[in-house]
Amino acid sequence: MNIWLNFLIDSLAFGATFMYGSTGEILTEKAGHLNLGIPGIMCMGGAGGCLMLNLIGKSGLPPVLIVTAGILSALAMSMLMGLIYSFLTVTLRANQNVTGLALTTFGVGLMKVIMSKLDATVYLVGPKALYRWPFAGRQDSMQCLGVLFFLAIAVAIASSWVLYRTKVGLHLRAVGENPATADAVGINVSRYKYAATCIGSGIAGLGGFYYIIDYMASQEAYLSLEAFGWLSIALVIFALWRPHVTIIGSTVFGLLFSCSSYITNIDWIRVTMSTKPLLKMLPYVVTVLVLIISSIRNKRENQPPSSLGLSYFREDR
Amino acid sequence: MSQQSVKLHEPLVHLSKRDTIAPLKAWLIRLAAIVLGLVVCGLVAFVLIEKIQQKPEKIWDFYNAFIRGSFSTPRKLWKFLKNLSILLCIALGLTPAFRMRFWNIGGEGQTLVGVLGAIAVAFYAGDRLPSWALLTLMLLAALLAGAVWAVIPALFKAKWNTNETLFTLMMNYVATFLVSFFLEVWVTNGSGALPKLKQAKLPVVGGNDYLLIILVVLALDAALFVYMNFSKQGYEISVVGESVRTAQYVGINVRKVIIRTMILSGMLCGLTGYLIGAGLDQSITANSVGGQGFTAIMVAWLGKFNPIFMILTSGLIQLLNQGAAQISQDFNVSGALPEVIVGIILFFIIGSEFFINYQVHFRGCGKKTAKGGKAA
Repeated sequence: MNIWLNFLIDSLAFGATFMYGSTGEILTEKAGHLNLGIPGIMCMGGAGGCLMLNLIGKSGLPPVLIVTAGILSALAMSMLMGLIYSFLTVTLRANQNVTGLALTTFGVGLMKVIMSKLDATVYLVGPKALYRWPFAGRQDSMQCLGVLFFLAIAVAIASSWVLYRTKVGLHLRAVGENPATADAVGINVSRYKYAATCIGSGIAGLGGFYYIIDYMASQEAYLSLEAFGWLSIALVIFALWRPHVTIIGSTVFGLLFSCSSYITNIDWIRVTMSTKPLLKMLPYVVTVLVLIISSIRNKRENQPPSSLGLSYFREDR
Repeated sequence: MSQQSVKLHEPLVHLSKRDTIAPLKAWLIRLAAIVLGLVVCGLVAFVLIEKIQQKPEKIWDFYNAFIRGSFSTPRKLWKFLKNLSILLCIALGLTPAFRMRFWNIGGEGQTLVGVLGAIAVAFYAGDRLPSWALLTLMLLAALLAGAVWAVIPALFKAKWNTNETLFTLMMNYVATFLVSFFLEVWVTNGSGALPKLKQAKLPVVGGNDYLLIILVVLALDAALFVYMNFSKQGYEISVVGESVRTAQYVGINVRKVIIRTMILSGMLCGLTGYLIGAGLDQSITANSVGGQGFTAIMVAWLGKFNPIFMILTSGLIQLLNQGAAQISQDFNVSGALPEVIVGIILFFIIGSEFFINYQVHFRGCGKKTAKGGKAA
């Protein structure tokens, strides 16, 4: 029994990475921007946080301050990436797919350059116990969960609340569905697009920071981060553009992704090495199925925002 | 008329869409963007390396290393041409789909299954067939695999309008893990690396390993240019891309065009996979395509989906890649520097498109055009 519980909690903790990533991406997509730069943004969020931890890690400041500075730096760095993206796609009306891919190329590359020169003993050793508050030091699997994990859940729920229960959220969705109409009723389209993209990027960047510092807490963690950025984009579809559904979705993805390593510990299931890649393929296959089913059912509330991927120029008709 | 005077608020900048722009001017803007981008790249590389090395270098050395990366020895030049061709070939595959406004970002996966198809044939039938039959069979398998991988999203797009961008993106990862799966099945010694299948090698033409690939891609480039611009099918693709309603009105079967074009797109990507599998590696890893499927999207877009321009853009990207690789080798920095450099240049080129498509008027300046490409 215990192994199942460990499995579940581990998947929850793992899933928080995608929870951040896809909550951020949902906010951006709701403003009508398909941000394929999310993997790069998550990487730069992680790099920004680690860079700050490395700079002040040995300065003798109180640990709480150091950790806060790390989180803020991760936020700032990824919002900066979001700003590049929104400047190019909102103000300069560039093609979103190309801009996003360029941003990913840039972000992943720069992260590797930065992280390869940082000292893991500085950015990893100090803070881990703090992030795991209040479960740090426990012997069971609960010790995987910590502040950043609960923050992920809070952010996902808060985003859903803002999107579906407030006027700001209504305006944002209007911008993503039909910017011309939103413009006509006096909503500042560019401002909403900028804000949604930058805040979304900041949230996604936290996911990268969480993955490197908290969940993996290893020197090589940054090398595998990009793949989970893409998985976050998949999760957006799985969650049908609802941030709170990412909590369930990320757990499912986490279960699917880590089951390959857990299943081998269970006696009555026989797996060979070759089934592992097939199990890891599952999240993507499930996403494709969700995409297909939602397009066949064609219910309006389950569709991508209708102006997703299109840039808006007021004088166009 | 009322006496009340209305104070009009005139915005600081006003944008308008250009109807046309002289091609020369457009290319000058792009060139300016690239030059500006290169300057920023030099500065970024300078700062990064200085931070890491703690010793200042002359900034000119970077540009010098850039050129040396591709042109200092014949070997590097051949490598440059080979890389250019492979990247161009994937971009050619994506072009028909993009012309149709079908955002096929699955070039990576379609190419990878192409490699997989070719290598699978070589693995199972390598010893039993004569060389020419094996190579032909490998080609057919690669084409078929690529086409299947591309036609799945197309079928759903045509029937239920399923979002093709997200669908093709997911197919990339399914392909990656499919390759991992076959590697686990084929390689039993636990090393995870498939040894080279010697019999699956394309013949050497003209004394150079890469010449055949380069010639094949050049021929394809010309063929696709003709197909897109001078054939009925190419015209149908353009009409569907411009407006689906117009296409329906003039009696084009949109579903048929979507599916046919994606089969073509996938087959071209599969062919690239064949060139990688049979022409270069004779083996496969999950990373055989190495992200080039994504870079090819940018190559195709930067080249305005025109096969001739795409030779230039593919060359530019490879120049940057190899130049930056040379820098990271010479100055001992992380091997990821090329990605940073390519990213920065891309931002500038992407940003410069704005100044080609739009005209900027400043308040009180009458008609004045902003110059150059400034971006992030």
